[in-house]
Amino acid sequence: MNNLNELRAKCKEIYEKKLSRPRVVVGLGTCGIASGGDRVMKAIQEEVAAKGLDVDVDFTSCIGMCYAEPMVEVAIPGMPSVVYGNIFPEKVPQLLESHVVNKKPVYEWAYIQIPGDATPLEGIDVMEKAPYYEKQVRSVTARLGRTNPESIEEYIATGGYEAFEKCLSMERQAIIDEIKKSGLRGRGGGGFPTGNKWQFVYNAQGDKKYAVCNADEGDPGAFMDRSILEGDPHAVLEGMMIAGLAIGADEGCIYCRAEYPLAIRRLNLAIAQAEKYGILGDNILGSNFSFRIRIKAGAGAFVCGEETALLNSIEGQRGMPRVRPPFPANKGLWGKPTCLNNVETYANVPNIIRNGADWFAQMGTEKSKGSKVFCLTGKINKTGLAEVPMGITLREIIFNIAGGIQGGKKFKAVQSGGPSGGCIPSEHLDTPIDYESLAAIGSIMGSGGLVVMDETTCMVDVAKFFLNFTQLESCGKCTPCREGTKRMLELLQKICDGKGELKDIDTLERLARVIKNSALCGLGQTCPNPILTTLRYFRSEYEAHIVDKRCPAGVCAALLVYVIDAEKCTGCGACLRACPAGAITGEKKQPHSIDVAKCIKCGACITKCKFDAIKKA
Amino acid sequence: MTTVTLTIDGIQVTVPKGTTVLEAAESVGIFIPTFCHDPELSKPGACRICVVEIPGARNLPAACVTEATEGMVVYTASEAVIEARKTNLELLLANHPEDCLTCHKNGDCRLQEYAYFYGVKAEAFSGEKHDYPVEEDNPFIVRDMNKCILCGKCVRVCQEIQGNNVLDFAFRGFSAVVTPAMNTTLSDTDISNCVFCGNCVAVCPVGALTEKAMIGKGRQWEVKKVKTTCPYCGVGCQFNLNVKDGRVIGVTSADGDVNGRFLCVKGRFGYGFIHHPDRLTTPLIKKDGKFVEASWDEAIALVAEKLGAVKEQYGGEAIGVLSSARCTNEENYLMNKFARAVLGTNSIDHCARL
Repeated sequence: MNNLNELRAKCKEIYEKKLSRPRVVVGLGTCGIASGGDRVMKAIQEEVAAKGLDVDVDFTSCIGMCYAEPMVEVAIPGMPSVVYGNIFPEKVPQLLESHVVNKKPVYEWAYIQIPGDATPLEGIDVMEKAPYYEKQVRSVTARLGRTNPESIEEYIATGGYEAFEKCLSMERQAIIDEIKKSGLRGRGGGGFPTGNKWQFVYNAQGDKKYAVCNADEGDPGAFMDRSILEGDPHAVLEGMMIAGLAIGADEGCIYCRAEYPLAIRRLNLAIAQAEKYGILGDNILGSNFSFRIRIKAGAGAFVCGEETALLNSIEGQRGMPRVRPPFPANKGLWGKPTCLNNVETYANVPNIIRNGADWFAQMGTEKSKGSKVFCLTGKINKTGLAEVPMGITLREIIFNIAGGIQGGKKFKAVQSGGPSGGCIPSEHLDTPIDYESLAAIGSIMGSGGLVVMDETTCMVDVAKFFLNFTQLESCGKCTPCREGTKRMLELLQKICDGKGELKDIDTLERLARVIKNSALCGLGQTCPNPILTTLRYFRSEYEAHIVDKRCPAGVCAALLVYVIDAEKCTGCGACLRACPAGAITGEKKQPHSIDVAKCIKCGACITKCKFDAIKKA
Repeated sequence: MTTVTLTIDGIQVTVPKGTTVLEAAESVGIFIPTFCHDPELSKPGACRICVVEIPGARNLPAACVTEATEGMVVYTASEAVIEARKTNLELLLANHPEDCLTCHKNGDCRLQEYAYFYGVKAEAFSGEKHDYPVEEDNPFIVRDMNKCILCGKCVRVCQEIQGNNVLDFAFRGFSAVVTPAMNTTLSDTDISNCVFCGNCVAVCPVGALTEKAMIGKGRQWEVKKVKTTCPYCGVGCQFNLNVKDGRVIGVTSADGDVNGRFLCVKGRFGYGFIHHPDRLTTPLIKKDGKFVEASWDEAIALVAEKLGAVKEQYGGEAIGVLSSARCTNEENYLMNKFARAVLGTNSIDHCARL
């Protein structure tokens, strides 16, 4: 076999046959399964069997609207296919009866429609026009929620491995030039130009080279890479193969955290499928290029997302960062030149080769090209995965795509870049998303997690949360990170406990500066960012904790005082009976009051009060 | 040889390409503190006490792992550098017992030395401190991980010099600790694989690893160090006998021509015989079935007489000579000379051959 033409034709036939049949597709990414997607799948299979329905039951990955999981798509040939959300097993009989048997979509459960060649239905948003997708682009996420991720045939039928095949006939330098021209930068957070990195590895002397994929996604609230691995594993393999071909590697390794069992399973399956078709292996498609990929499951250390700690971990050593230089491009895995890119970076490569660097570079800003996948989490209405062109503003992502803040509350801040990033306040909501702009306001692009906070979030508490994370995840190798994060955490705890002094802010700033300046790796150098940005934008909250002994957001338990609003209190006595500390007194039908000295701040009174008369202040 | 010229604190330094900033600075007598750096071990760049300021660099790079380049400008005592060093020292002290008064390392401790040099006090941060039990269940080494600053020299010396891989880091963050496998103790040798060479003690910059038998026997400044050659085998390792009031209280590493600072368990810890009450101090001659103290003249005369008699009766070849590895090369040479030239035998052997 010297090309994929025959295989591609066969795959297209299989895929078109599938599309020509009525089918019900369940979203079985981790988000879908966690919401009960597998039970929905079972209910559908049972219902189809019981009723003898002429419909295929299939599954796909996360389409991005995690907030609406479990999601089920019903596709009847000749009609727009409809994606339903929040479909639980009890809704299955009605859904199938109405849409599959009677060809009548259930409008009130529908989220979006994908009309294809059919006339769009009235009353359901067409995917591209739906509020969630209107500002999005679907490039690296194009297959997510649309194809069966466990089918290599569907991958090939939808253009998969075309880019790799094209690269086989290209000069190696030409491949690298194309990636350089596209302006693709590392999607793991660092933003290093991918083409330049490939060039370094290409230029490096070595009898053996490696292409390694960093799938150790560890930021709290980040699941871009997991979604891509679960939804389009072959794209990652293809990206790695193209990198391997360009830099002269014959071996690839995907370092994927063991907490992603579904991603690992689908990757293993994808590798086996590609090997079966001779796409991975020796002398691929009759060329002299051989490439094999293996998976190394990581044990869940955040620091192993740092590239040199990751390499140590693959080698069986403790996941501790190495000193750079030498950079992995010169001395990486087993001391050999190594191309180390993140999942999303590799997944972008096939599209760039297939559609051309210019196509990619037309998206985004001058220095940040293409699209970026973000994970929207926190106090927003629509939690999920969104791929947006670089340069879009935070406001557009949070208020257009994610549907604004839950419960109509006020936006307060958004954390980009996880524990290494910073809290961005409302005055910077119109900042365009690109590497430089985010850095300019004290945060980082990071891998793509966006944690949105509303007015009920205490910023000192947020800084404490992230510091607690980095403190626990510090590898312990260098002094400033190991010891410094501990002391910063203790100072933040002291402030939250109402024992803070103004000089503690100076100490925090000094520690932050020293840790940033002197820590060994990226984890240490960036871990003060949550403190520095909250101090920069929310200093008054720190001062309120320290000077007024008050937590303005009403979060820090030690600083809260429970008070009864005499106007609202009816004197029903519910709170008095609920109070375990005997802190509440009052005559029947008279406003009650709380003895602050006795109150243990358990909150039992608030949950019992039917008149919203008890407040934390 | 390619050289590079850089400027450190205004001083021009020309060094061979590949030299680190630390080495370049040391070559012109500029002081840069180090904890984790050791010229004979790999370079982890971990402790960050040696950070320097290099305009153009993103952060403060560690001098021990930064290669000197042509035209590089280095400041070893700028405001940012001093702040970083002081703060990192404060951080180490905040998690370190304040027991210098009774610590055996007092006077030979880098943490103490740098804290003094930079005027750093222990009370900058109050908070949690480690509270590990002190490991002293073996006869040779006391491991007090409360004093450990995690420089990792013990880990590397065991891996790279001794080759026993006894120690490594375990756990994360503030809980990170140096330990044998399974968090066991050194004395659990089935797991730890420790041979008690004590080379970890020799490289420890603080009081985390100390020679058990020396604790309480003498302060660093009271001890006279007498460099000598190890009498145990013919390798010729050198070390310092630590002598106080005319008594050997212990052995510490010297910079030996053969062995550098590294020793085996016998050389480092096998000195107990020196002042042992059972040690023979005069020759003994058996008289009427009992050993009786004798003078050297008496003893040598007796040996000469007996050897002479054997030689006369049976010839020199009837005598065999076995020498000891505890003797020096010179002594062994003399023994060989004596056997062949005086006794007239070629039957000579040595315990090291066994």
